[in-house]
Amino acid sequence: MTQAVAPYDTYLSDFRTFEDALPPGEPAWLRELRERAISRFAELGFPTARRGNEPWKYTNVAPIAEGRFAYSAATAPAVTPDEIRSGTVWDEGWHSLVFVNGRYSPALSTAAPASGARVASLAEAVRADGPLVRRHLAQHAGFQDSGFTALNTAFLSDGAFVHLPEGVELKTPVHLVFVSTSDAGPSVSYPRTLVVAGANSKAAVIESYIGLGAARYLTNAVTEIALEDGAQVDHYKLMLEGEDAFHVAGTRVDQGRDSTYFSLSYSMGALIGRNDLRVLLDGPGGSARLNGLYVTAGSQHLDNYINIDHAKPHCTSRLYYKGILDGESRAVFGGTVLVRPGAAKTDAYQEDKNLLLSEKAEVDSKPSLEIYADDVKCGHGATAGTVTEDAIFYMRSRGLDLEKASALLIQGFASEITDTVRIAPLRAYLERLTLAALRGFKYGLTP
Amino acid sequence: MAKVSPGGKNHSRPLLEVRNLHAAAGDAEILRGLDLTVNLGEVHAIMGPNGSGKSTFTNVLAGRPEYRVTEGEVRYEGEDLLALTPENRALAGIFLAFQYPVELPGVRSREFLKAALDAVHEHRGLPKLSVREFNKLVEQRVREVEMDADLMKRSVNEGFSGGEKKRNEILQMSVLDPKLALLDETDSGLDIDALRIVAEGVNRFRAPDKAIVIVTHYQRILNYITPDYVHVLLDGRIVRSGGREIALELEAKGYEWIKEAVESGRISV
Repeated sequence: MTQAVAPYDTYLSDFRTFEDALPPGEPAWLRELRERAISRFAELGFPTARRGNEPWKYTNVAPIAEGRFAYSAATAPAVTPDEIRSGTVWDEGWHSLVFVNGRYSPALSTAAPASGARVASLAEAVRADGPLVRRHLAQHAGFQDSGFTALNTAFLSDGAFVHLPEGVELKTPVHLVFVSTSDAGPSVSYPRTLVVAGANSKAAVIESYIGLGAARYLTNAVTEIALEDGAQVDHYKLMLEGEDAFHVAGTRVDQGRDSTYFSLSYSMGALIGRNDLRVLLDGPGGSARLNGLYVTAGSQHLDNYINIDHAKPHCTSRLYYKGILDGESRAVFGGTVLVRPGAAKTDAYQEDKNLLLSEKAEVDSKPSLEIYADDVKCGHGATAGTVTEDAIFYMRSRGLDLEKASALLIQGFASEITDTVRIAPLRAYLERLTLAALRGFKYGLTP
Repeated sequence: MAKVSPGGKNHSRPLLEVRNLHAAAGDAEILRGLDLTVNLGEVHAIMGPNGSGKSTFTNVLAGRPEYRVTEGEVRYEGEDLLALTPENRALAGIFLAFQYPVELPGVRSREFLKAALDAVHEHRGLPKLSVREFNKLVEQRVREVEMDADLMKRSVNEGFSGGEKKRNEILQMSVLDPKLALLDETDSGLDIDALRIVAEGVNRFRAPDKAIVIVTHYQRILNYITPDYVHVLLDGRIVRSGGREIALELEAKGYEWIKEAVESGRISV
């Protein structure tokens, strides 16, 4: 059972301030949702890294609980387009929505191309598409067992909304950029995304999380993605937060019959980062491919916790995460492939590979399987290793110095994931970003 | 003192001079006083049974870190070779064709070779090849070693057959254009076609301004590449040097014969 860590009263009193400042005329269901969420948060608090709490065993959130990250309803400070572009990938051809401290910024966003899809701020969608939003919002990401999700839901007032009606195919990616500015002191934002992909629709959605301020901040994000029958969604999540930031993200994906979900999680920023991804394969013939790359250095801590729930037969899931760890950084890979009774012909494999560039870097990799059905094909694997001396010597014997040889090998390691990015400018961006990070690494190799 | 090959053909200084070389891996001493002189234009074959130190010798010359030189010296173009890092030896013109070429997952062959050639050109003060020039060069050299051009798009040596790996070594050699090629058991594990292709690559490389040292257990490859000198390596020392006839003698009589001859003092070392 998850135990509360005191103090989190700041969050409760901030909620009352937040609630009082909400615009009048909001639907009652939304207010009720928030009330239920804050009550649940008051019961749950934040999880602890204590023994027996398996999902949070390796990640201590006490700094978050004690951080007194303040919610500010004040107008967000001015952010320039150049600042956004320095923090993440940008393409004029994409449909980009920018959120500053969780609030939609029309000035920084680009106009929607005519596509048949609805891409809007969640605040606007609540007004214009009330019944549809109500049917999905907080219905995929429940908050009964997660203090973070409960808190995000309590502070829900804006975010991103993407709706693909049946059969609609988006030709250009939707890019959601969540910017945190934190110059005024420790602050928190609650980014929220809802993607509803109608039957046989198709789209690519990119989420970028970046930080511009100097102070520590917390991003507590929740993303819900519903894929109806036959829908195809490519989902990229770029965690590029400031180096002193805390980032906790819960992503919930519900898949219908014959739907296809591709996820690529790229994590580089944040002092403490946690990606909580749960995919529910809830219709026969669904397939999920989850790829990830995390690049950590210094005293970073990154935790990927991924659950794939095979609830129906004939579904396929493939999970492939890779980590490159330098300095004293620490990574955690956990989670489970659950095969429920009756989910016959499940085909699932999960693998986590790590490259440790420093003797002080550490990884806890614990993929696991829970199988309650017959006639399934499941497997998992985890490795952690260093760059091999043989490979380094081979490359040096061709005239490449130690640094260049190491860089090529590490890039090669990363390319297995970045090669799977299907959006060319994004792929090039992530390759550049990885290379730039590696230049700052100390490699931990002896000549 | 073992015989060494006669001094340079119109060259004042040998390309490679190895004097009393001792080297160890861990606590085990493998080379125990090896002497060898190689001049430009020459092809030397070093033959020896398993465990005689053949691979150790070529790897010590290339600078493999796990070997420790305990005594002796190696001069390359008159300079102290042992003071150089592996990459600086490569840049100075030494190329080791590996007995077991290493797989480099995710490192594409074409990019790897371009990076290596750029480093070599920079060292020699030559301009970098453009991508177009490089592709043209590689295309030609790939054809020469009868390699599947698609292999250049794949990760270095990953999933290559044994023969493809060895051909890739010869390809790298011909593109990087070193001065001294060290071939470490390049013939082992090759079928007759691959052996012919590899040997042809070595023969194309042979020139008055190059030198080649082939290390081998079997004399088979010497049917394709005619060495100027053949040396017999036994227990870390060269115990016999001469011409091609030594290889034939070894094939006829085996290594036991020469071991006994050394032990009984018929051959003085």
